[in-house]
Amino acid sequence: MDTQHQQSALKAAKVLMVGAGGIGCELLKTLALSGFEDIHIIDMDTIEVSNLNRQFLFRRSHVGQSKAKVARDAVLRFRPHINIRSYHANVKNPEFDADFFKQFDVILNGLDNLDARRHVNRLCLAADVPLVESGTTGFLGQVTVHVKGKTECYECQTKPAPKTYPVCTITSTPTKFVHCIVWAKDLLFAKLFGDKNQDNDLNVRSNNSASSSKETEDVFERAEDEDIEQYGRKIYDHVFGYNIETALSNEETWKNRRRPRPIYSKEVLPESLTQQNGSSQNSSVTDGDSMISVMPSLGLKNPQELWGLTQNSLVFIEALKLFFAKRKKEIGHLTFDKDDQLAVEFVTAAANIRAESFGIPLHSLFEAKGIAGNIVHAVATTNAIVAGLIVIEAIKVLKKDVDKYRMTYCLEHPSRKLLLMPVQPFEPNPSCYVCSKTPLVLEINTQKSKLRDLVDKIVKAKLGMNLPLIMHGASLLYEVGDDLDDIMVANYNANLEKHLSELPSPVVNGSILTVEDLQQELSCKINIKHREEFDEEKEPEGMVLSGWTQSPATNGESASTSNNENAIDATDSSSGPEIVTKKRRLSETKPENHKKEAENVESEEDDDLVEIENPMMVSKKKKRVE
Amino acid sequence: MDGEELTEQETALYDRQIRVWGPNAQRRLTKSHILVSGIKGTVAEFCKNIVLAGVGSVTLMDDRLVNEEALNANFLIPPDENAYTGKTVAEICCDSLRDFNPMVHVSVEKGDLSTFGAEFFEKFDVVVIGYGTRVIKKSVNEQCRKLSKRVAFYTVDCRDSCGEIFVDLQNYKYTKKKLEETVECELNYPSFQEAISVPWKPIPRRTAKLYFAMRVIEVFEESEGRKHGECSLLDRAKVLEIKKKLCEANSVSESHIPDNLLERLITGHTEFPPACAIVGGILAQEVIKAVSGKGDPLKNFFYFDAQDGKGVMEDISDSFTS
Ligand SMILES: [Zn+2]
Repeated sequence: MDTQHQQSALKAAKVLMVGAGGIGCELLKTLALSGFEDIHIIDMDTIEVSNLNRQFLFRRSHVGQSKAKVARDAVLRFRPHINIRSYHANVKNPEFDADFFKQFDVILNGLDNLDARRHVNRLCLAADVPLVESGTTGFLGQVTVHVKGKTECYECQTKPAPKTYPVCTITSTPTKFVHCIVWAKDLLFAKLFGDKNQDNDLNVRSNNSASSSKETEDVFERAEDEDIEQYGRKIYDHVFGYNIETALSNEETWKNRRRPRPIYSKEVLPESLTQQNGSSQNSSVTDGDSMISVMPSLGLKNPQELWGLTQNSLVFIEALKLFFAKRKKEIGHLTFDKDDQLAVEFVTAAANIRAESFGIPLHSLFEAKGIAGNIVHAVATTNAIVAGLIVIEAIKVLKKDVDKYRMTYCLEHPSRKLLLMPVQPFEPNPSCYVCSKTPLVLEINTQKSKLRDLVDKIVKAKLGMNLPLIMHGASLLYEVGDDLDDIMVANYNANLEKHLSELPSPVVNGSILTVEDLQQELSCKINIKHREEFDEEKEPEGMVLSGWTQSPATNGESASTSNNENAIDATDSSSGPEIVTKKRRLSETKPENHKKEAENVESEEDDDLVEIENPMMVSKKKKRVE
Repeated sequence: MDGEELTEQETALYDRQIRVWGPNAQRRLTKSHILVSGIKGTVAEFCKNIVLAGVGSVTLMDDRLVNEEALNANFLIPPDENAYTGKTVAEICCDSLRDFNPMVHVSVEKGDLSTFGAEFFEKFDVVVIGYGTRVIKKSVNEQCRKLSKRVAFYTVDCRDSCGEIFVDLQNYKYTKKKLEETVECELNYPSFQEAISVPWKPIPRRTAKLYFAMRVIEVFEESEGRKHGECSLLDRAKVLEIKKKLCEANSVSESHIPDNLLERLITGHTEFPPACAIVGGILAQEVIKAVSGKGDPLKNFFYFDAQDGKGVMEDISDSFTS
């Protein structure tokens, strides 16, 4: 394996790593040890304490510094003669365009989010540079090779969408703890500490309470001289007491549901709290805002401990007080951040009180933080293994050893004795809008939807475009860029607020839009289909995009199983490996089995490749490629 | 049990992995003591992984002086001659590992492993022999088995881009989640000696070829009085002769062990770093499982070969014959 020839190939190769996190640290080390001598690395993040358990190139003293730069310095210490260039930047920045990507022989992804992965996929296609993609969640991992025209691109299969919950489940009828977390974080926290002008569904409306909305709005306003504790109790009583009471009055809702219990502060807290409002904690100020906590003053130490209703209520009031006492300036523009201790404490307490109300089991701060912050479960070993697999594929890519490219799964439980399961890569999906330019279909109400809705909900959110441009025939409806003059910007802004059918070049049933991203060098056509009505719960966006979801069932394989119904729970978060059920014949399996060499005379059962339906569903149907 | 709770500092540092294996497993990890001998590439990877995971202590044994060969694939040794001259591999690696996680106690033990008695091994919960000869593997395994407490025993060996892990957990009880229930499981492991004495004939043909190939190399090195890895293509004839003998003795065809696989194993002097990362990762995962008592452990061999990319478990025990 370690031939002279290979060593010089690695020496000459120029590779780009995107991401210097969990996988990135391991990858940079293994690349350097393997003989790669020209490595570029992009990462916009800075180092945090919770990275240190696995991102072994970082030390406590590096917290706050650029991951890319510290990783570079650390690896140069044991391989000083090689060239590593670090970029502390977002890979989506315009300077990283297709021309930038073209200088590399292979791109290696160690990213933690879907958005950036899609962006890099498009740039690799535009620059025609092979991509080795990876992901891990806990003990699960995956490495895939994407080479334009040879194997599927990263977006040939639809990825499981991030979970969303129906609005009324969050506002009125939670049944799981996660619903309470979403309520506490996206509604209550946002209402109290975030942008006051944002739409907020915090108040449940009973049948006849249209008039009450005005008075409830005022509850959240704190008068200048209002005592903070009184204010906190007022909020408490309003959201956990009054609002529940109001909701209960709507009998229809509770016919088949367990009725929630209103909770008022006087039932659970003493008349006046003896706790001081954090003024004794001057020492903590030096630690910075993200370290401020109510837990020490309440004698709470263990974040994995379950707090009772009273403790949660105390945390709620004290955290709210502390926000006003210590972080007044930030109120009005705070957004929830999992690394903001006080925010986590407040959201945990609020979610737990709400859970108590609805008879849902309570959770510890540690667990609540994981749910609220969509924290990805991560261990060092999986990252190390995946990094090793990435380098093995990168070497094959450099040698253009196409027949040997593999997509490899790391499994937690062995499947047919395998803990590391290589399978042959899939062919490109001919209906993929990214690598095959297949038109998409958008059902939308062209009279009620504005161009802004289309841009936000489809072009940005669904198509993942960064700098989009939208054309209808020869007419330019919208574009983003630094080089636009004021008149154009004004025009585009005016267009954003217009309904599709009222645009200068009206977009109606049967119109074909061209949507492009010049940085990603991606262009696709969208066929517009006018539709009047959309189901609010099932189609909350008021529009439906389709067209690239079906993967072809080729070679006569029956398409009895649907595509992604078995998306693994563990990969809920977009950061994990997207392991999606696939049902496709592997690309023409070569009959020659490279194991069958001269010595191997006897018939072998060696199945080098395994066709899998879903690698994580262990005993499911698997066929050998014979 | 206040004293046994994870500290705030530990909870913050180990946050992401506690979300994988839970606080109880983390507590057990922080109280475990690991002995590691033979620190080449794969074992360096292993050490990094368990130090990051936060075991209680790691004791390193490797009295080789640092030289060019030791540097290869071992990122724990900085290539600065001034820093390593006169120091042993274990000493240099100890410094690097301490730096990775100040909460883990890392130390060096000198001496010849074969001269230590059972009372030495009793101090540990896990013993890992890297790149050991067959004699060392057998004798340390026997010492561990004499003890009243269970010491988890592992060997790891990487040649070219292939790796082997052997596991002996003796009688091992653990829990695992099956659907919503937690079920108790029990496994009985053969010793190293017992495992490698299993007749080849009844072993299923689909078993990894590496299992047999590694036994051939072991016998070759032992019969020639070589140290681990002291072989080259010049030894090809002798190695093939041993293969022939072993196959005959076991009444299996010589095609059982491909010649080119043996050639790779005797010529691959430098370790292939991606294979080290992978095998070192699997080994650490197994040690973490055994210490925490959570999840199905590997029984009792694991093989990785970068050429086909498979990481496969093989259970080689008496069960084939009975
Ligand atoms: Zn595609």
